[in-house]
Amino acid sequence: MCVGIPGQIVEIVDAASDTAVVEICGVRRAVNIACVVSDERNHAQCVGEWVLIHVGFAMSRLDPLEAQKTLELLRELGEMEEKLSTIAEREGRASGQLEEESP
Amino acid sequence: MKFIDEFRDPAKARALLASIGNLAAQLQRERPLHLMEVCGGHTHSIFRYGIEQVLPRNIEMVHGPGCPVCVLPMGRVDDCVALAEHPNVIFTTFGDAMRVPGSRKSLLQARAEGADVRMVYSPEDALKIARDNPGREVVFFALGFETTMPPTALTVLRAAEEGIENFSVFCNHITIIPTIKAILDSPDIRLDGFLGPGHVSMVIGSAPYEFICRHYRKPLVISGFEPLDILHSVYLLLKQITEGRCEVENQYRRVVPDAGNTAALEAVQRVFELREFFEWRGLGSIDHSGVRLRGAFARFDAEKRFSLPNLKIADPKSCQCGEVLKGAIKPWQCKVFGTACTPKTPLGSLMVSSEGACAAMHNYGRMDLIRARELQKERE
Ligand code: SF4
Repeated sequence: MCVGIPGQIVEIVDAASDTAVVEICGVRRAVNIACVVSDERNHAQCVGEWVLIHVGFAMSRLDPLEAQKTLELLRELGEMEEKLSTIAEREGRASGQLEEESP
Repeated sequence: MKFIDEFRDPAKARALLASIGNLAAQLQRERPLHLMEVCGGHTHSIFRYGIEQVLPRNIEMVHGPGCPVCVLPMGRVDDCVALAEHPNVIFTTFGDAMRVPGSRKSLLQARAEGADVRMVYSPEDALKIARDNPGREVVFFALGFETTMPPTALTVLRAAEEGIENFSVFCNHITIIPTIKAILDSPDIRLDGFLGPGHVSMVIGSAPYEFICRHYRKPLVISGFEPLDILHSVYLLLKQITEGRCEVENQYRRVVPDAGNTAALEAVQRVFELREFFEWRGLGSIDHSGVRLRGAFARFDAEKRFSLPNLKIADPKSCQCGEVLKGAIKPWQCKVFGTACTPKTPLGSLMVSSEGACAAMHNYGRMDLIRARELQKERE
């Protein structure tokens, strides 16, 4: 119940009842988008947006920029980790006990 | 799929695990670090991806009470059954709640015996059933945390607008903040940090968690649900702990705005008010942890429209759901786990929903691994 599914708004069916068609994993269904329309973003402007859907309602807009930023952070962390472990190897020290644990 | 696959990249997961390992090696403490994921969605992901097995030994995940189906007390299930057995009622519910055992029967059993119980995907589907069946009383079984509260509120507002007379809500919505507070105040729990519930947070924002850092000095990281999200959040928690910081951080920025969702909160404010207390399975009564419909919407309140048994019913003696919920014991340490209590024949509600710790552990077959690790620890 608490796990939302991402979908993309493809069409507004009826602005008065906040009903839109959203494509979720290739399947289209009617979703209520009252919680993602606002003064800054009207119904028509929501078309094309990715949203997170819970129990038939779009509850939040998915922000592609923020998603990118998080992935970028993770990439940098990975690079740093690699550098650290090469330094550690060069100095002949073990680089952490985690490797042995992963299956 | 977009916004999902990127957050399952194994290479990035390995790098994160290495970073977590380095931080964990710096921890100097006698007992393992206890991190609680509050949300059942996180519990599900943690078991599905076997995250506990790849974490360093001195980090343990404690599975919190954040599965609304699992904390529903037996008396409330009995009330549902009583409503469903009302001759003129069509009882509508999310699928997750169908198999939760009541003291006499579950909704599924009531349906088998002739009650008109229908599964719906959305509260709007329930309202549609009411529109289509003007001669019948349609009751929607509303449950969930702040994530599903706005959809119920908006549906009630719609029903009021349309003047629909035969629709009501049996409200079992619960709130996360008083629950976290009750856990923190409980003497038998020792936690070192929290994975904050991502989807509750997209509604309420990050500010309501501040007291956890300020007052209880525990860090909290609002987390997404993919494996990389969870590992990233564990990393951020460890970083705070090793640096001696204690803050609310938001790992799930792609979904959670710091201010939450204003439109959703407004609808919730209009329709619901706090109850003085609400009864939880395994945790007892928690002050201000539930909501009910405001007086202005009394005609949509099933508790006002129908008389309900409203009894307090103790859980079966053999159940240890409460101890599991609080993290005092692991699911497999419950006496009936996997024997009298299985996903097919659940005794306790943690075995019902896939977001419950017992069902998740049973379904993903991680029992042997965890038991082996636990045994090894005892020997060490
Ligand atoms: S095994 Fe069953 S009875 Fe025991 S804690 Fe889990 S759900 Fe409750």
